[in-house]
This record gives sequence, structure tokens and C-alpha cells, in this order.
Amino acid sequence: MADIFFFIFAAMAVGGGVGVVLQKNPIGSLLFMVGTLASIAGIYVLLEAHFLAAIQIMVYAGAIMVLFLFVIMLLNLGHDYRRDFRFGLGMFVAFAISGAIAGLLVRQFGGAEANPIYAHFPGPEGMDQLLREEGVIGAIATPLFTDYVVAFELTGILLLVALVGAIAIAKRKV
Amino acid sequence: MNDLSPTAFLISSSIKVFLVFSATLGVVAIMTLIERRVAAFIQDRLGPNRVGPLGILQPAADGLKNILKEETFPSTADRRFFLLAPALAIIPAAMTFAVIPFAAPLETPWGTVSMIVADIPIGILYVLALASLGVYGIFLAGWASNNKYAFLGGLRASSQMVSYEVALGLSLIPVLMLAGNVTLTEFVWQQQQLGFWYVLPLSLAFILFVIASFAETNRLPFDLPEAESELVTGYHTEYSSMKFSMFMIAEFSHILTASALMATLFLGGWSIPFWSGDHMFWHEGMLISGFTPQGEPIAAAPALWKTLLTFLAFAAKTGFFVLVFMWVRWTLPRFRYDQVMHLGWKVMLPVGLAYIMVLAATILVLDQLAVEGFLFGAVLTAVSALATGIFVFVVDRDRLISGSERAEPTRSGVREVQSARVAVLAGGVEE
Repeated sequence: MADIFFFIFAAMAVGGGVGVVLQKNPIGSLLFMVGTLASIAGIYVLLEAHFLAAIQIMVYAGAIMVLFLFVIMLLNLGHDYRRDFRFGLGMFVAFAISGAIAGLLVRQFGGAEANPIYAHFPGPEGMDQLLREEGVIGAIATPLFTDYVVAFELTGILLLVALVGAIAIAKRKV
Repeated sequence: MNDLSPTAFLISSSIKVFLVFSATLGVVAIMTLIERRVAAFIQDRLGPNRVGPLGILQPAADGLKNILKEETFPSTADRRFFLLAPALAIIPAAMTFAVIPFAAPLETPWGTVSMIVADIPIGILYVLALASLGVYGIFLAGWASNNKYAFLGGLRASSQMVSYEVALGLSLIPVLMLAGNVTLTEFVWQQQQLGFWYVLPLSLAFILFVIASFAETNRLPFDLPEAESELVTGYHTEYSSMKFSMFMIAEFSHILTASALMATLFLGGWSIPFWSGDHMFWHEGMLISGFTPQGEPIAAAPALWKTLLTFLAFAAKTGFFVLVFMWVRWTLPRFRYDQVMHLGWKVMLPVGLAYIMVLAATILVLDQLAVEGFLFGAVLTAVSALATGIFVFVVDRDRLISGSERAEPTRSGVREVQSARVAVLAGGVEE
């Protein structure tokens, strides 16, 4: 049952990704992107990572893509009398870079033999026990606010700096 | 007290999905009638009362009319997105009700069935995630129509919904802190255990949640996206027949879900006050009604009449908030756009943050002192009442409460100008 759902979500995610690239209209690309993000959230649910799935929808589909939507609208893109995407050298560079990233991922995770990185993961039984003890949110929150609290706070400060910087630049232009 | 077999689970879930979905749509249809009757009552009119007894068949007549009406397509609209927008508006609205528990668990020959479509472990986060998707339908409708009014409506709707999502999330955090979990069944259980509806110990969170819900559902006084007097009808100006109706169904099901959420989060959900016979909760695969002083779980006794009674309690609480939505619509005037943004970012956000700090500190102190039960709830109620009092006093300043005296000079000035104008007009007529 879960396998069938996995292939449905995987097909939707890949199809959405192809749709993002093939669409001529930026709004169409954006909606395909939302579809891809939602399908990946579905795969998270199949992996019993409910919290990640909810955050995926809330942050990526519900907040970041809405900001993209704002930018597209306010730049007045997405009308069929004008092409918004430019093709040329940039396209080849983009293809080369994404091909390199894909190759790297396949090399790292695609092999048949077990990757040494998996040794750090607790495995299915360990995960089940962790979820029973901590709950779906506690399993993420406890390490985040104990072992990795410094990295977590630093990320927060980084985002704050970016926010303040954006406001400062925008203010100067007005 | 046995768990359901996989087959029984599949069948019972299918029945629940079907029942809840059709009940939601049915209630939404009735709500359109109730809204018009309540509006009429407030304005001292009769309202629609011709179709069937008390006008009860009016929604059916409206639906038939909407299906038979001509579908229009603006010549400059982007047809694909124009067709997609109503669907994107209605899907999240119809999905949200799945995580709301609407009655006590029901005892059946095949096992005990929880009266909730999907008791998923992320509960309220699912609601927030779907609420954040609701903006796409409205924004796309405004953009795809290729109409100035529709586009302005879509822009207003999305900026408003994005702004108030923050306040909505912040107003939920006190509830999560007190319940210690995010599932809605747990909220109901914790309120039963505490003996307080959360509206008392978390009164300010309740006020913030209600305000944010009004903004998220685009209801008056936050109905700028469809402000009739400025934008025709805003984002759905270009929509006709059933596609227009789908936006209305989406809006009304948002109201229904928001009311059900208010009832569940702050008024104890389906629990009946001052009665412990309905205390039921799944604890480690066992339906319990509480714990003995030694910490042993006590098995609960579910029954059909308890399920029905608790469902009535839930319906009454939800119906009350639906009526509040309609009542407010005819009480408050619409905000200006800058007022909406000011309230969202400069009032709700800092107040929400400060309230979280105050409440977290109070809970920490009470936990350190090992205060429990009634005293715990009473202290939180007192602290929250103080916070709410300060909030209302500061926000109100000299407008409503003390305004009756301090604003009198302004008002008498307005009256003088008015009477002078009337005198001039009257004089003009005489000449």
C-alpha cells in the first residue's frame, strides 16, 4: 500500500519538477513547484515524518512560494504577450550545474552498498522507539534545542541579519 | 475496549469521511440562509422566507439557479488559471475539518470508533498548513481574471492572509504550552482534566485567535478583498454561476472550520461542562476516563447516548461562534488597508509575543512550586485576565470605553457642522 503511494507521490514530484522547467508562464512554473513540494510532503508522511511534512507545506508551499508569487505579480510578469524567460548561455550553465549536483547525489547515495553515513541513523526500530518516547515533534525538538542549540541560534541570527540588511537596503532606495 | 481491525478501520474511516464531508456542505448551505436571516433580523427585515417553511429550501433554490446560470469567461483572462482558481480555493477549505474531533468515541460491535476523521499526530499544524495554502485560490482568481478590481482584491487578500497567519500561529502557542501536545483530541482531554475551558486561563490568546480568524476568513471587518463599495466584489468579480458559488462555499466552510476550532481549542470541544461522564481519551491503546491517585488508568465507558450528547454540545458551541461571525458583520465597519496592516504587525504580533513570555513564565513558576489542579487554572486565569485588561485598555484608549466623554467635543463639533449644513440647504430651498 505504502509502495503504491510512494510511486504516485514520486511521479507527481518528478512530473512537477519537469513542469516547472517546461512552462513558459512563470505562474505555471510556480504552481508546478507547489505541486512538487506538496508531493514531497506526501513522501515525508509515508516515512512517518509528519512534522516535517506539515512544516514543508507551511514554510515552503505556504510562505516562500507565496513570496515568489508576490514578486512575479508585482514585476508584472506572466502575461502571454511577452516572454519572461531568456534562453542562451545561462541555460547551459544551469544545466551543467544541476547535472553536476545530480551526479554527486547519485554517487553519494545511489550505490548498492551501505553508505557510511547511515551508521549515524538509529534505523527503523530505533526510530519507532524514538517516536514512541518523544512523539513526532519531540523527536526533532529535543536534539534541536539541546545538542544543536548553538547552530540553531546561529541560523536564527543569520536570518535576522539578512532581514535587517534587506530593510536597510530598501530604506536607502526610497 | 478493543482496537479496530484494519478492515473495520477502513470501513469506519470511509463512512466518517463521507458523513463529515456531506455534513459540512449541508451546514454550509444552511449557513448561507442563516446569514441572510440574521442580517434581516439585525436590520429589522424578514429576509428570505418564501421558499419552503421559514425559507429552509432557499439554499437549494440558490444552488439550482447558480447551476443554470450562464458561465462567463472574460476575453482577456488566462483560461487555465481562471478555471483552476475556484478549485484551489475550495480544496483546502474542504480538507481542514478532518482533524477536528466532533463527539466522544462511539462503541460499536467491531470496536470503539473515534469521532474524528483523522487523528493525526500533528493535529493543529495540519490546520495551519492548509490555512497557508488557502491564499493560492484567491490570489490566482484575482490575477487570472485580468481585471483591475479583481487584481487589487487578490493582492489585498494575500497580503492580509500572510500577515495574520503570523498572529494566528502566535495565538496558538499558549494553547500548545498548556496542553503539552498538538493534537486536537489532546486539547479536549487536557481541558477536561484541568476543569477549565481554555478561554479562561488563556483569555488573551482567545481574543487574538478570534481576531486572526476573522482576518483569515476575509470576513467583516476584514473584508477588504471583496469591499463592494470600492472593488465591485474584489477577486471574484469576473466569476459567474457555480464558479462564483465555489468561492462562497469555500468562504463559508472556512467560517465553519474556524468556529469549530474556536470551540475545540477554547471551549472544551465536545466535552459537556460540569460532568465527568464524558471524559474519554486514547492512552497507550486504551480508552480511559482518568487516572486513580496512584496513577493507574481507569477504563472509560463509551455509549451511543454519550456520543450523541457530546455531538450536540459540539454543535451548540460551533453554532454559537458561527452566529458571532454573522453578528459582527452587521456591527463593525470595514477597516482601512493601513489599519489592517497596523493591527496585524504592530499590535497583534508584539502582544502575542509578550503574552507568550508572560504565560511561559507563569507556567514555569507554577510548575516549580508544584501547583496543580484548580489552583493552577485559577492563577493562570487571574494572570490572563490582567493581561487582557491591559490589552483592552491600551488598544481601546479613548475610543469606545472612555470615549463616551473624551470624544464628546469632537462629536458636538461634527453635529454643529452638520446642522449648519442643513440650515444652508434649507435656506437654499427657500430661496
